[in-house]
Amino acid sequence: MSEQIVDRQLTPRGARQVPSAPPRPGTRLVRLVEALWRPALLLGAVFAAWWFVAEREYVANYLVPTPAQVAAKMTDEWSFLLRNTFVTLYETVIGFVLAALLGLGTAILIAYSRTMEKAIYPIVLFAQVIPKIAIAPLLVVWFGVGFTPKIVLAVLIAFFPVVISGVAGLRSTDPELIELSATMGAGPWRTFRKIRFPNALPHLMSGLKVAVTLAVVGAVVGEFVGADKGLGYVLLVANGNLDAALLFADLILMSLIGIVLFMLVEVAEALLIPWHASRRSGVPLTTS
Amino acid sequence: MSGAAVELTGLTVRFVSRRRRTVAVDDVTLRVEPGEFVAIVGPSGCGKSTLLRAVAGLVPPTAGSVTLLGQPVTRPQTDIGFVFQRPALLEWRGARKNILLQAEMRGLDRAWAARRADELIELTGLTGFERALPHELSGGMQQRVALCRALLHQPPVLLMDEPFGALDALTREQLNAELNRIWRETGTTILLVTHSIAEAVFLGTRVEVMSPRPGRIVSTLPVDLPVERSYAQVMTDERFDRLSSSIRLLLGAGANH
Repeated sequence: MSEQIVDRQLTPRGARQVPSAPPRPGTRLVRLVEALWRPALLLGAVFAAWWFVAEREYVANYLVPTPAQVAAKMTDEWSFLLRNTFVTLYETVIGFVLAALLGLGTAILIAYSRTMEKAIYPIVLFAQVIPKIAIAPLLVVWFGVGFTPKIVLAVLIAFFPVVISGVAGLRSTDPELIELSATMGAGPWRTFRKIRFPNALPHLMSGLKVAVTLAVVGAVVGEFVGADKGLGYVLLVANGNLDAALLFADLILMSLIGIVLFMLVEVAEALLIPWHASRRSGVPLTTS
Repeated sequence: MSGAAVELTGLTVRFVSRRRRTVAVDDVTLRVEPGEFVAIVGPSGCGKSTLLRAVAGLVPPTAGSVTLLGQPVTRPQTDIGFVFQRPALLEWRGARKNILLQAEMRGLDRAWAARRADELIELTGLTGFERALPHELSGGMQQRVALCRALLHQPPVLLMDEPFGALDALTREQLNAELNRIWRETGTTILLVTHSIAEAVFLGTRVEVMSPRPGRIVSTLPVDLPVERSYAQVMTDERFDRLSSSIRLLLGAGANH
């Protein structure tokens, strides 16, 4: 009898309507400005310094071109630059996707089987420690000057963080959840799909963020060694012609590829794991 | 012979690691009848969790045998509900979906499972928190979700490993009262492990007292309290005091619960 009364009093039923994040002050615009003013300020300062140094010719313009010269180069050569940007973007994206798939597959093998772990880990480690730039010429010999060696290089360089984060994620499953799953009569596939994989996602997403920025490096290095298109090739051409404006324009585009792809992975992360501690903003609904 | 919900005969579990051998459970014989609520009480590290895991088929016996519902236990059992000390919820799922995990993993009928989940949510006072994620819930509420998940498939046997050990005293008493009510309403056989004497006496129809390592059952005490219990009532009952003191004596004077 009396436990019913205690029950009623202590259970926070008044909080029934809650499950939605409390509204935060300010409109969308205000929040955007709040989030962006610091990086914008810093970026602006760097840009101002560049503009000042180049415009006043403290450093010769054939070494550091003015922002205006770079902008002019970009508008003049926009179709040439765009074409080559797409080449590098294509190599990077394909390389990244392949690295993500292969890396996840390898991580699953390692996380599930000790034998596989012993067999695969040395190879994975070897693939990581071997200097990619050193094997780039070999890849050109093997695969020619087409897309293949660039993609292979992007895969090789982006693969490792995916494997490491994937293994860490899959291994981080609460052992009690695995036991629970056994008492639920679930097979390994269901346990993987419903418990282990979602649980590994936060780790995996951090690995993918690192991997995507590395994939750009892989593609560009591949282009350095042997290519007739792509931003890496353009960079070599600009360098050969002492065309600093083109060189700067090219560097800006390379960075943009990396930044845009990184942000896309961040968006994917926000959509996939809104529940994770790193993305939480809410407060507990109950305290008892 | 059969008819027992759980039967342990000379159960011994030893763990062998490189450094040493540990006898977690030593020659335990125990019989739990259907509908009983057996509370095993013992100090921390006395092997009571291992005993429960052996019943669930999660730990193989070194010697002796375990039968569950008349069948020998040789691998993880599915005719049970298991509640751990920690709620062990999926942090990306809301309360209701966490409860429904049980149905998804077993491939139960969706409509049936949904109705059943709603009943349990009502029964445990989780109404209004169906969509709340684990981190938005208090420890007590999280453990309620875990309890609902363990009960979803209407298991004949419920195994509970210090389910309320991590909760504050008030929440704990409240959940004990709820568990008593759920046990009465569902008729499930419950085997509960705890280090709280009060909890064991309050909940059990029988209390088994375990000694520290190696884990042995040193005494069996029937609890002659009414089936329906509340703390207000039980705490003033002199039978409760008498039982508690004898358990405390059995566990050695040092125990303070």
